[in-house]
Amino acid sequence: MHSLEERANNRSARNGWFLSTPALVILTFAAVGPLFIMLVYSFLEAGQYGNVEWAFSTDGWVATLFTRDIFDDTVSLADAHLTIFWRSVKLSLLTTALTFAVGFPTAWFIATRPPKARALWLFLITIPFWTNLLIRTFAINEIIRTEGVLNTVLKKLGLIETPLQIIYTDTAVLIGMTYVYLPLMVLPLFAAIDRFDMRLLEACYDLYASRWRALTRVIVPIVKPGIVAGSILVFIPSLGAYVTPRILGGGKNMMIGNFIELQFGQGRNWPLGAALSVVLLVIVATALLFYVRAVNREVRHD
Amino acid sequence: MSETAVEVRSVSKHFGQGDHTIRALDDVSVTIGKGEFFTLLGPSGCGKTTLLRLIAGFESPTSGAIHLEGQDITDLPPNKRPVNTVFQSYALFPHLTVAQNVGFGLEMLGRPKAEVKATAERMLALVKLEALAGRKVSQLSGGQQQRVALARALAPQPKVLLLDEPLSALDLKLRKEMQIELKRLQHETGITFIFVTHDQEEALTMSDRIAVMSTGHIRQIGAPREIYTRPTSRFVADFIGETNFLTVEARGGAADLGAGTRIETAKTGRVTLAVRPEHVRLTPAGAAGALPATVTNAVYFGTDMHVYLTLQDGTEVVARQQTQADPSAEPAPGQTVGVTFAPGAVQLLED
Repeated sequence: MHSLEERANNRSARNGWFLSTPALVILTFAAVGPLFIMLVYSFLEAGQYGNVEWAFSTDGWVATLFTRDIFDDTVSLADAHLTIFWRSVKLSLLTTALTFAVGFPTAWFIATRPPKARALWLFLITIPFWTNLLIRTFAINEIIRTEGVLNTVLKKLGLIETPLQIIYTDTAVLIGMTYVYLPLMVLPLFAAIDRFDMRLLEACYDLYASRWRALTRVIVPIVKPGIVAGSILVFIPSLGAYVTPRILGGGKNMMIGNFIELQFGQGRNWPLGAALSVVLLVIVATALLFYVRAVNREVRHD
Repeated sequence: MSETAVEVRSVSKHFGQGDHTIRALDDVSVTIGKGEFFTLLGPSGCGKTTLLRLIAGFESPTSGAIHLEGQDITDLPPNKRPVNTVFQSYALFPHLTVAQNVGFGLEMLGRPKAEVKATAERMLALVKLEALAGRKVSQLSGGQQQRVALARALAPQPKVLLLDEPLSALDLKLRKEMQIELKRLQHETGITFIFVTHDQEEALTMSDRIAVMSTGHIRQIGAPREIYTRPTSRFVADFIGETNFLTVEARGGAADLGAGTRIETAKTGRVTLAVRPEHVRLTPAGAAGALPATVTNAVYFGTDMHVYLTLQDGTEVVARQQTQADPSAEPAPGQTVGVTFAPGAVQLLED
């Protein structure tokens, strides 16, 4: 397929890799270093006041799933931990689905504007990135809390008598994360839809496709790379979210991120925190593996 | 032309509003017969593609109506019209195989899978691509993609097939092949073809009838020979082939060119006559009944040559004649010759 000239060019480009060495060295330490420390700490004993004792122990790993009764020393499954894992995965999946549901029409709208208007809309989408995550989350808090904007307006309109309890529930966390991660879904979707040849849509209608069939049979399969990228970009940070569940979920509705933080703070159980971090990593890696496989298989079946 | 396939009734299409209105089509009416190979011919911006898109249903007319086999389809969306299009860009679905592309229309119509598959195979055989059914369209050459686009549009057996400059992206040799191929397909399927092109040679080669368009109007409709030999307007005469325009004074019921050529007309005053270069004949200087002219240039291009002449009144005329074995027998610049016109070859223009 490639001409000799092309191959020669590629080879000379590949041979220049050693110029990247300094960056590669830094990246290796920055990426592998912390992971390694985490892995080592997860196999040490917890210190009395935090930190770790340099003695081998699997207590940290056992504690991720099991709990030891302080009176009779019996070991049982830690329901609370499983609840936190399950909530994290569930909320992250829901966030991904919601950002897609809102993000796809948004991206479609932007991609079909005239070029000048398109730049403006993209600019507006990125504005939230300019503000600190904490401030944005508090702003959501201000809207949905018991005496917040939403409840006040609904009450004034006479639609409700008692304020809706949204804040400090899973719903609050879901709303917050959807808001925060929406741009990460919109941008890759936009890039994919922007490349989509709108003339194909005319071909669809010409060949008797309804709007729905055109969407499912042609648009979605063609912009799939954008959907995959957007979903990954939203799902991964959702799973490790810390600030949003902390502020909007209160103390009760913890996600893995908050649970890990707890072990390094009040819990004073660094090995458990480290083990949980590894678990989070494994969940993300497994989820990605399944997702990418599923997508590829579907592509091949077509 | 026994039965009517498409009837366009005084259709106008305006884009934009107020002072910026563009009249892409201005009160256009045309009737296209069943099984016809009908061509819309004109320069870019003449409204030919707009008319095609109106028939396909991608645009709706500002006023007027479009009928398909007697039924008013003006308000039907494109996916409800039994009409298919071969797009200029082909618009093949890149994520589907060749066979899936061809079967797409039937699949959308909800036909059983076996029928979709069988029809797709039959259509691919028709365009001689049966060996490539399983390929992705991105693996095909331009000419092959063109055939897939044709097979895809023919598969649902539309009442009318619309072709929007489908050959413009192909190189000359392939284009000639496809012209013949298209004629064959039309003959075999018996489907009405409406073909849009700006290439006059393509139009003359393939069409049963041609509508010549400019600036949103149809200027003339007729069979290729009629359009070529009997153009009624300066635009048509000029757009199709090469033409010499001669202005003469008409009086007493005829326009007299001299050289024994008289055209009867009720008009008086200045009229324009058109004559094709191949109908201009050269005679030795001073021959009886010939107009004297001076050769200004002679351009050789293989079998034929163009001889550029200036008549006594300053009118420039081009003559096309066959080249000869002996170059010295051919007219040379500066030479004085006589000019006559083939009988019946001079056409009086209406404008």
